[in-house]
Amino acid sequence: MGYPHQPHERETLVLSKHFGEAEARTLAGWKQRGGYRALDRALRMEPAQIVDIVKASGLRGRGGAGFPTGIKWSFMKPGDGKPHYLCCNADESEPGTFKDREIMRWTPHALIEGCAIGAYAIGAETAYIYIRGEFTEPIRVMEAALAEARAAGIIGSNAMGSGRKVDVWVHRGAGAYICGEETAMMNSLEGRRGNPRIKPPFPAVAGLFGQPTTINNVETLAAVPDILVNGAEWYTKFSRPDNPKSTGTKLWSVCGNIQRPGNYEMVMGFPFGEFLHEVCGGALPGRKLRAIIPGGSSVPIQTLDEAEGSLMDYEGMIAGGSMLGSAGCIVIDDAQNLVKQIARLVRFYAHESCAQCTQCREGTGWSQRIMERIVAGDGTAEDLDTLLSIADNMTGKTICVLSDSCATPIVSGIQKFREDFEALIKRRTMHPVAAAVA
Amino acid sequence: MSAHGHGTEPHAPVFTAAAARAELDDILSRYPTKMAALLPALWIVQRERGWVSEDGMREVAELLELTPAYVKGVVTFYTMYHQHPVGKHFVQVCTTSPCNVCGAEDVVNALLKQTGCGELGVMSPDGKYTVIEVECLGACGFATPVMINEDFIDGVTVERVPAILASLE
Repeated sequence: MGYPHQPHERETLVLSKHFGEAEARTLAGWKQRGGYRALDRALRMEPAQIVDIVKASGLRGRGGAGFPTGIKWSFMKPGDGKPHYLCCNADESEPGTFKDREIMRWTPHALIEGCAIGAYAIGAETAYIYIRGEFTEPIRVMEAALAEARAAGIIGSNAMGSGRKVDVWVHRGAGAYICGEETAMMNSLEGRRGNPRIKPPFPAVAGLFGQPTTINNVETLAAVPDILVNGAEWYTKFSRPDNPKSTGTKLWSVCGNIQRPGNYEMVMGFPFGEFLHEVCGGALPGRKLRAIIPGGSSVPIQTLDEAEGSLMDYEGMIAGGSMLGSAGCIVIDDAQNLVKQIARLVRFYAHESCAQCTQCREGTGWSQRIMERIVAGDGTAEDLDTLLSIADNMTGKTICVLSDSCATPIVSGIQKFREDFEALIKRRTMHPVAAAVA
Repeated sequence: MSAHGHGTEPHAPVFTAAAARAELDDILSRYPTKMAALLPALWIVQRERGWVSEDGMREVAELLELTPAYVKGVVTFYTMYHQHPVGKHFVQVCTTSPCNVCGAEDVVNALLKQTGCGELGVMSPDGKYTVIEVECLGACGFATPVMINEDFIDGVTVERVPAILASLE
């Protein structure tokens, strides 16, 4: 079983090895567990060497996009005379996802170490960890760990006696899903409304405060210290033999209607069916799993058949009709009104739209109203076509992908569970006499 | 103060206190611009006063060399800054789908009933509680998470609601 339970024997514990150990939160406890050896080593290497090791490890962004981390770092040009910045995206707000919360709650020094290594590798003297405002406990734990690391000279103007300046600060958000979008996050950090920016320019050219910036997810950065200590080759072995494109371990957050919700650390390519039924314990007593949203609410919904046939890596989840995303797995069983839950997700996106782009501002609101009308029993036969038409206008046409993310559960829901929608529409819109005859 | 003021009540300055001023100065030293301290400064105002009034926005605007209108634009973008006074215990319940399928709506109803609030966003007659629904709190595997002021409670069920409310004073 994964945290908060005892680890399951089929997990591979790297990032989550010390979850639940209060001592690991302290500097002394973290050093006893081998902490800060990687940073010490990194500060005595050339930044380009670190970038090469991370490239060779195959580490890809764990926030959802899956972009190769080493390549992202290599976009930061050393010696351009500009201040560089590292932003750690700890705005974890994607429904279904709660892995970064546990990394920060239990192993704050792993993240500080990853941030410091990342900052040094991209030529930045300052890293900001942007944590969503609701994460009060992770913020307290991170602040305490940063204070300890600063007092011990691990970070600061002379990090670990290397003569290099590496500062790491926490920046608290204030409630906005969209600030998990990297350009919105930079605006928010600068003291602006969290509206996403048009790209280009890309952050590596003009990002935070107009300077070259790299944004990495918490889990991505926390994975870096172990890669430096154990080597790139060690990391590439956590993969399936026929797919070298996805390497390493991945934290899976599992929630909803499942026996053992929690965080599980699995090697890339693990069979998703075995994971759901064996590792997570399968359906609740007397129920059946029905729909799986494997990568956070923005990825296509899977049928149980699709999920059972998928492999848990970037390519495997696409082959299984969805995406890995942030690996926030929402399990919905046969006791739920699936259409109501899709409507609830659409309401989420309508609430969180920053309202810059017309397609998103209007499309999320229209979709919410139509979905809620169907759930209330007032849907009409044309509503499904209308929803699909709105969804088409919401996809690939806006500054960021929030709009696309709202359309995804609607489109995949109608494609794969059309009978659920039609049942709700037919039940209430038929004339009472016709309904009685039918 | 009325329960549903619109941020116009007189409001004592926050940063005239030496400790708050020193805290802000420390924050300012972390960023290349003053504007970057806006979210942290607003957090300090809310911590000290319980909400962010128009006077609070004006004070922050002056310190950070921004206009009050600009600051208000930022305050209204984010959901966590209160623009009017709220109950002593501000209760936020996640009802997004992962928690919804685990019974979050029942938790909301129990809280509305037992706090005397009756309705979402309305302060209880004794001024002790305000209950709202929030979007995903990022603790989906610990359904249903409830935030009360700065405290985060995992795994709230209808059965646990009376004990949780009894523990608040």
